[in-house]
Amino acid sequence: MKGSIIELKNIVKKYKDVKVLNEISFNVYKNEFVTLLGPSGCGKTTTLRIIGGFEIANEGFVSFEGENINNIPPYKRQINTVFQNYALFPHMNVFENIAFGLKIKKLKTKIIDNKVKRILNLVGLENFEKREIDSLSGGQQQRIAIARALVNEPKVLLLDEPLGALDLKLRKDMQVELKNIQKTLGITFIYVTHDQEEALTMSDRIIIMKSGNIQQIGTPINIYNEPVNSFVADFIGESNIISGVMKDDYQVNFLGKNFECVDYGFKKMEKVKIVIRPEDIHIVEKDSGLLNGEVKSVVFKGVHYEIGVISKNFEFLIQSTKSSKVGNTIGLYFNPDDIHVMREV
Amino acid sequence: MNSKSKYLAYPYSIWMIIFILFPLFLIFLYSITLRNANEIKTITFTFENFAKFFNPIYINVLIRSISIAALSTIICLFIGYPVAYLLTRINEENKGLLILLFILPMWMNMLLRTYAWMTILGNTGLINSFLSFLNLPKINLLYNNNAVILGMVYNFLPFMVFPIYTALNKMDRSLIEAADDLGADSFTIFRKVIFPLSLPGVISGLVMVFMPAVSTFVIPRLLGGGKNILIGNLIEKLFLVTRDWNFGAALSMIILIIIFISIKILNVLNIDKESGISL
Repeated sequence: MKGSIIELKNIVKKYKDVKVLNEISFNVYKNEFVTLLGPSGCGKTTTLRIIGGFEIANEGFVSFEGENINNIPPYKRQINTVFQNYALFPHMNVFENIAFGLKIKKLKTKIIDNKVKRILNLVGLENFEKREIDSLSGGQQQRIAIARALVNEPKVLLLDEPLGALDLKLRKDMQVELKNIQKTLGITFIYVTHDQEEALTMSDRIIIMKSGNIQQIGTPINIYNEPVNSFVADFIGESNIISGVMKDDYQVNFLGKNFECVDYGFKKMEKVKIVIRPEDIHIVEKDSGLLNGEVKSVVFKGVHYEIGVISKNFEFLIQSTKSSKVGNTIGLYFNPDDIHVMREV
Repeated sequence: MNSKSKYLAYPYSIWMIIFILFPLFLIFLYSITLRNANEIKTITFTFENFAKFFNPIYINVLIRSISIAALSTIICLFIGYPVAYLLTRINEENKGLLILLFILPMWMNMLLRTYAWMTILGNTGLINSFLSFLNLPKINLLYNNNAVILGMVYNFLPFMVFPIYTALNKMDRSLIEAADDLGADSFTIFRKVIFPLSLPGVISGLVMVFMPAVSTFVIPRLLGGGKNILIGNLIEKLFLVTRDWNFGAALSMIILIIIFISIKILNVLNIDKESGISL
């Protein structure tokens, strides 16, 4: 495909007899920021390690700029990795760590010095050359790990949960910084995380995985608004997932009531899952909404309140700027296009 | 540490004083006093015992001991490092077996193990019997420096393998992957990452082998036949045969100082602070 830099085709990976990747196929385009997202054990890190060359797929192939790289060892690939635990060399200082790859390429000392200086500027750690690794904080080590990979000017950078060990504030800052670096340098990033918010913030496209299978590939907006199944809906953001049946095109029944919706193409009376985002449910006066319910809990979350409402034995999670009192009976309203109907998985 | 748990260290301190510090002090005392004046009343301090050592005969014994011990240590390193490296690479089931094979001989008495070599190397031993069976001339394997070095390597090899194995084993695998990722081939990875990071283990191994090798007297006596005596034999003779305890004590002090200095030198080479042995 045009513009595609990495292509995975029917990748199968087994450990002993257990399949951890089941026919994974996807493309990554030039200058794209792609995130592999999924719960732990879904195979996202294994997928990344196959692209990096640290694992060999049992079936299928990986191609880089159209060429099969299945049998190319990591050190010959134009791909660099930022490891989860940073994997900085403890017996070398910051300069030696960053210059490691450049020295192997036998560049001139002066060029190496310049490149290291430039990359340290980029990650905001000027004059850190002489520092020892164990004198750095987690966030600084993280930046050095990114610098060490980026200084080699790889065509693709692989990142394995690089922000996992950082605290929330630092993580948010680094998310923005990573995205800026990626835009500035125009390098393709393949990013692994289990943090859905991180994925939504940074990615051009997200690949959602579950137990060795790809669930959905799409832009963050696309995945958030149109999850293909209840797993994706549940994993990306918070959701109210209700069982129901599809009465007819544009008509769905759940909680003992028919609702108008925008979905069609299901079999008549097919069992489905209905997903409604907490922020799409509006609190209205009793009897003036689609459902009535009793307020069970109200939690202040800063920008909004998180309100638990029981209606017909289902507890809805609602995010609203309006508050209510526990014990009140209120009405719930949601638009037809906020009802997402999906097949059971 | 709180003050209560400090008391728990007392029994060990007492043990140290009685069985390590006090004997050391006695050796020191003997080394700086005159022979036949070992009664408290007639004690005379002297440097004569140390002065006696600066005689070419004794100096030669010391030089020979150090060179044989050093050679054995180097051979142990060259055999031990690949073995330790291999141990980290093989799968769990075989690893246990291989480690057991290395530890098993250590459960036997060293004297016995050394005697076993005599029956292998001796004039009527295994190898020579086999040679005469093939109608080949017998070769002199026993009672020379090579036999002594063989005995030392055999006996002290585990002391080299295990510290290196530990250092290699605790090394983070992702460091190797990172080097690979940054373009290093396997030789470069070894040279720039694996070996430097295993250096603390190598240093420990060198010390652990050199120390017993430089002071052993069993191996040179049994396998060297007592022809070329080493410093250990000399000290043994002085204590048990000549009964010149004062000179023997002085020689022991000299070995102590040499070992101390060699550990110091090795520790300077060691960049990593968390080495097993530090003084």
